[in-house]
Amino acid sequence: MKTLAELKAIRDRMQAQINTRESVDPASDIRVVVGMATCGIAAGARPVLSAFIDEVSRRNLTNVKVTQAGCLGMCKLEPMVEVFVPGQEKVTYIYVTEDAARQIVSEHIVNGNPVMKYVVGNE
Amino acid sequence: MFRNHILVCGGTGCSSGKSGLIFQALEKRLKDEKLDEDVKVIYTGCFGLCASGPVVVVYPEGAFYEHVKVEDVDEIVSEHIIKGRIVDRLLYKDPTHQDDIPKSLNETQFYKKQKRVALRNCGLIDPENIDEYIAFDGYQALGKVLEEYSPQDVIDVLKASGLRGRGGGGFPTGLKWQFAKDAVGDIKYVCCNADEGDPGAFMDRSILEGDPHAAIEAMIIAGYAVGAKQGYVYVRAEYPIAVNRLNIAIEQAKEYGLLGSNIMGSGIEFNLDVRLGAGAFVCGEETALMTSIEGNRGEPRVRPPFPAHKGLFGKPTVLNNVETYANIPQILLHGAEWFSSMGTEKSKGTKVFALGGKITNTGLVEIPMGTTLRTIVEEIGGGVPNGKKFKAAQTGGPSGGCIPPEHLDVPIDYDNLIAIGSMMGSGGLIVMDEDNCMVDIAKFFLDFTQEESCGKCVPCRVGTKRLLEYLEKITEGKATLKDLEDMEELSYYIKDSALCGLGQTAPNPVLSTLKYFRDEYVAHVVDKKCPAGVCKALLEYFITDKCTGCTLCARKCPTNAITGAVKQKHIIDQSKCIKCGVCQDVCRFDAVIKQ
Repeated sequence: MKTLAELKAIRDRMQAQINTRESVDPASDIRVVVGMATCGIAAGARPVLSAFIDEVSRRNLTNVKVTQAGCLGMCKLEPMVEVFVPGQEKVTYIYVTEDAARQIVSEHIVNGNPVMKYVVGNE
Repeated sequence: MFRNHILVCGGTGCSSGKSGLIFQALEKRLKDEKLDEDVKVIYTGCFGLCASGPVVVVYPEGAFYEHVKVEDVDEIVSEHIIKGRIVDRLLYKDPTHQDDIPKSLNETQFYKKQKRVALRNCGLIDPENIDEYIAFDGYQALGKVLEEYSPQDVIDVLKASGLRGRGGGGFPTGLKWQFAKDAVGDIKYVCCNADEGDPGAFMDRSILEGDPHAAIEAMIIAGYAVGAKQGYVYVRAEYPIAVNRLNIAIEQAKEYGLLGSNIMGSGIEFNLDVRLGAGAFVCGEETALMTSIEGNRGEPRVRPPFPAHKGLFGKPTVLNNVETYANIPQILLHGAEWFSSMGTEKSKGTKVFALGGKITNTGLVEIPMGTTLRTIVEEIGGGVPNGKKFKAAQTGGPSGGCIPPEHLDVPIDYDNLIAIGSMMGSGGLIVMDEDNCMVDIAKFFLDFTQEESCGKCVPCRVGTKRLLEYLEKITEGKATLKDLEDMEELSYYIKDSALCGLGQTAPNPVLSTLKYFRDEYVAHVVDKKCPAGVCKALLEYFITDKCTGCTLCARKCPTNAITGAVKQKHIIDQSKCIKCGVCQDVCRFDAVIKQ
């Protein structure tokens, strides 16, 4: 290592990875909760979860925490995802696919517009 | 990118509870489930809550699992990782607040009142991966110093911060560095004291195990500030995990060009080597430590000259302990004002304590200076277990003293502790309850110092031996009140005349227990009784009328001191009894008592 800039590059590269190791702060963090019970996993929640994590880290969104939950109760609508933005009502997405996950990150989390076609009640 | 991070504590406490096997089992199971690309397992340093070990924390939920066994690994993976359901059964239960189960560790009473500066990375990063240290702002302070600060600037920041040596003496660190910088000489050295010898103290060990780069970074900065090109870490060989991680960290720092002849392209040179100590208590004393690094028998020498002028190999030397170093990168990153905003007027920042003895949350805590002993013992420590009463806290190890309940509300800092007859020391804090005999405690510490005295000076070599003999006489009920007076007088002689700090402070356990618990000494001497029921020579075992004559005690007694017919009350022959207590342990009817 020759310069402080190189050191900072390592730090920035690593910070995206260690971001996971901070507890969720409900006041400032956007939470994405993926239903990962048997029903959710059977309907394909695992790649959806991975897609969220990948998209969030690719965009370096440090205030977004992707976590898992158990069964959200409406197994036939799985994979289900809830998005909690501080100060706003939660939005529940259903039949989420990998593409939908990436769309939710770009349009809802980044731009603030929920992706209505996946929101529960609109099916 | 990982969706979960599983942190397994790899400190000495948890790893002796087989946390290494838990780590391996987690990795294997995750690989079997093909989740090793999704979930990262990290073997960290000490979390601090050693009483709950082995400890496992799962992020992003921050679920805090305690007393985890290898058999629990399958459940954690199948439930938490695969299905996203936190395993409630294993969650940490707060001993003081049984009802509400805190899901994440920051919510616990134990962590809430703490302020972690020196321990900030312990239990958070993989100590064997330099990139993780860098991710948490590691080596940023070094980069800032090399780019923006002159050596004098570094020392000025330290002076303004008010940082004092965490090894016990509490000498201002900035001033120490200034002396070494101003000292004339072309060759200078930087040393780190990791020879933590106080019984019950493990602060420095945990920092080296959990965050070895923090000490390395600070030592490089010290080298730059005083103009030294070579550093030594003197660490005891009894700390194998710390030594191993320190060596790994040094290798990684070399690879990254953070140690060597041209640090970060600045042209600055600094090299670091590890020297292992063989475990002599006296080698924690600075002059003895340096003598030992030189390859000689670890014995102290007269000061002055102080190490800053004539230290290692007769050259100007900066010597600080691990915890002091661990604070320094933080101070340089966040500024002197940030650091001095914590603490009391004359003691700034935080202090790490190793909590031990009769306390619920045995472990490692870091609190701002000025926190009261009551907060540490009752809130963070979770109080004295089994409903027993707090009797005293011992700080400063064999050099310190006992603090009685009436001083529980004294804000802890260097000067207040000395004022009440104890000292900060390196940070061991041993809690005692009503079952502890204070004479026995003093005897324990004198037994230690007497054994560890290097023998160079008479007051320590002979004086501690004589002190121990007085204490043995007292615990055997053979002493007189005159002996108490003589013992006290001898203590002051030793304090005034011993060569090094260890000898000068060796009588402290005697003096402080005499000061606060004199009545207990008098009870031993005059009444021939040990009020706490510890000193065997002053105890007698009796069988009460509860005895049903089951003959169990008589059969178990190793000296055949118990006689009595079946279904009749038994009797102990005091002349044969060796007071081993087996009869009391085996009795099913609580019929055996000791007085």
